[in-house]
Amino acid sequence: MLAMNYRGPYRVRAEQRPMPEILHPEDAIVRVTRTCICGSDLHLYHGMVPDTRVGSTFGHEFTGVVEEVGPLVQKLKPGDHVLVPFNIACGKCNFCKQGLYGNCHESNNMATAVGGIFGYSHTAGGFDGGQAEYVRVPYADVGPTVIPPDMDPDDAVLLTDVVPTGYQAAEMGGIKEGDTVVVFGAGPIGIMAARCAWFFGASRVIIIDHIDYRLEFAKNYAKCEAYNFKSLEDPVVFLKKTTDWYGADVCIDCVGCEAEGNTLQTFSGRVALLQAGAATALQWAINSVKKGGIVSVVGVYGPPFNLVPIGNIVNKGITLRANQASVKRLLPKLIDHIQAGRLSPKELITHRIPLEEISDAYHIFSSKLDNCIKTVLIPSTK
Amino acid sequence: MENTLKGYKSIPGWGMDADPANEPTYPMKNYTGDDHNRIKYERSEQQPFTVELLQSIERPRPTVVFGTSVPPSGLSGIIRRYAFKHSEDRYRHWIPLILADRINVAEGLIDDLRAGHLPNLLAERGWRSELKYNSMGLAKKAFMATLITVVIWSCIRKHK
Repeated sequence: MLAMNYRGPYRVRAEQRPMPEILHPEDAIVRVTRTCICGSDLHLYHGMVPDTRVGSTFGHEFTGVVEEVGPLVQKLKPGDHVLVPFNIACGKCNFCKQGLYGNCHESNNMATAVGGIFGYSHTAGGFDGGQAEYVRVPYADVGPTVIPPDMDPDDAVLLTDVVPTGYQAAEMGGIKEGDTVVVFGAGPIGIMAARCAWFFGASRVIIIDHIDYRLEFAKNYAKCEAYNFKSLEDPVVFLKKTTDWYGADVCIDCVGCEAEGNTLQTFSGRVALLQAGAATALQWAINSVKKGGIVSVVGVYGPPFNLVPIGNIVNKGITLRANQASVKRLLPKLIDHIQAGRLSPKELITHRIPLEEISDAYHIFSSKLDNCIKTVLIPSTK
Repeated sequence: MENTLKGYKSIPGWGMDADPANEPTYPMKNYTGDDHNRIKYERSEQQPFTVELLQSIERPRPTVVFGTSVPPSGLSGIIRRYAFKHSEDRYRHWIPLILADRINVAEGLIDDLRAGHLPNLLAERGWRSELKYNSMGLAKKAFMATLITVVIWSCIRKHK
């Protein structure tokens, strides 16, 4: 089968690889119909995530048709067209039972700080991902969800990560009616977080980035205010001023470890690797939120640590809320939003590229060429 | 560590202000109290061990399922095995893993050549799309690279 093959930072190719096999009685083999490149895949692509081994196949956002199931799989059958949440969850551990499917304790042997994630390095379990024609899906009765017949497959594939992560970013913000919400990062997740902030009653949503075409897209899609931080002398002062010198009620970090905008953070985190990436967005979020406000973090940061103003968290009484999205928990609500026409995730997709051209697809997305917002890869076997 | 304060429930006021709705992760967490059972929960049967599996030392047992992609091998594998002798809290875990990743890139090139495959580094970096969508940027990069090469070459010649 054809699959993505990571060869080192900034180097990937598509090549023939062995077919995946059922390795556990609760596994399924899924023939991939659509698979995305996620912004967090770029952290792997750029060599920022430890234990990313040459020969790995990335991809944690995918839909597909069930080809084969293990003997203990009861809910799925061959032929089902499913969307597969990016988190691998057993459904039985205490974390899964409490709805924290992104924190499953039985899916990542290599670390305890993160649950298993498809195609996201050995730090997240060493599972091959969905940027391939076929993929092994563990715990097939737990995560995979049959795509409703009236749902567009492009909407479905974005329900595997982008929509739930953006939604949960807003949910974790504890947004109250009338709140001003600031979202850092106008990538697909940030745009979705800005869009979802309205669901919780925000009265004003502001998005901050430095790429004009993305800000323009966010402004139209998420109906929010959009500002390029490079045109602001000091983003924190600007946000204080625009909130009557009070600070935003909620700040959301949708950027993670490859932020720009602060020379010291960039040098220490992205050049010298003295910390796990540049935490500029998180620093701005902490410093822009009001006293007693909430900072929600879904941006990806690697181990072991980042430099953030923890003293300001204490002194301002900030609540910091963060997690990997619990996709399975959120799916019923989000499917309803899409079916009711309140949310149209597929509008984020700007590029549809054959899996064979994955090297170009990564470069376009990574370098933000051709006004790229979201890339979907289409295997020839779909 | 076991809680040795057996009579904590008799402390005046104990638990009276507990409010599940005030759980910091509410409503993300459906609080059940199962956390206090720790890792004593029903597990599925263990995935058979078919490849070498590295395990966090913060875990008392292997997880039910695990990935089998790219087992450790070669020099990078030796370094990864060392890294996994240390907890996720330690630099001794993460720095060797990053080092192993970089060594693994060279191992990947050697493996390609051994298999008779000469990797097309430009194609793997997606330069075809760079040419298509950012030809001016590519020309600037090429010019800068040429300029730097000429300057370095001139300096070397001068020293000779």
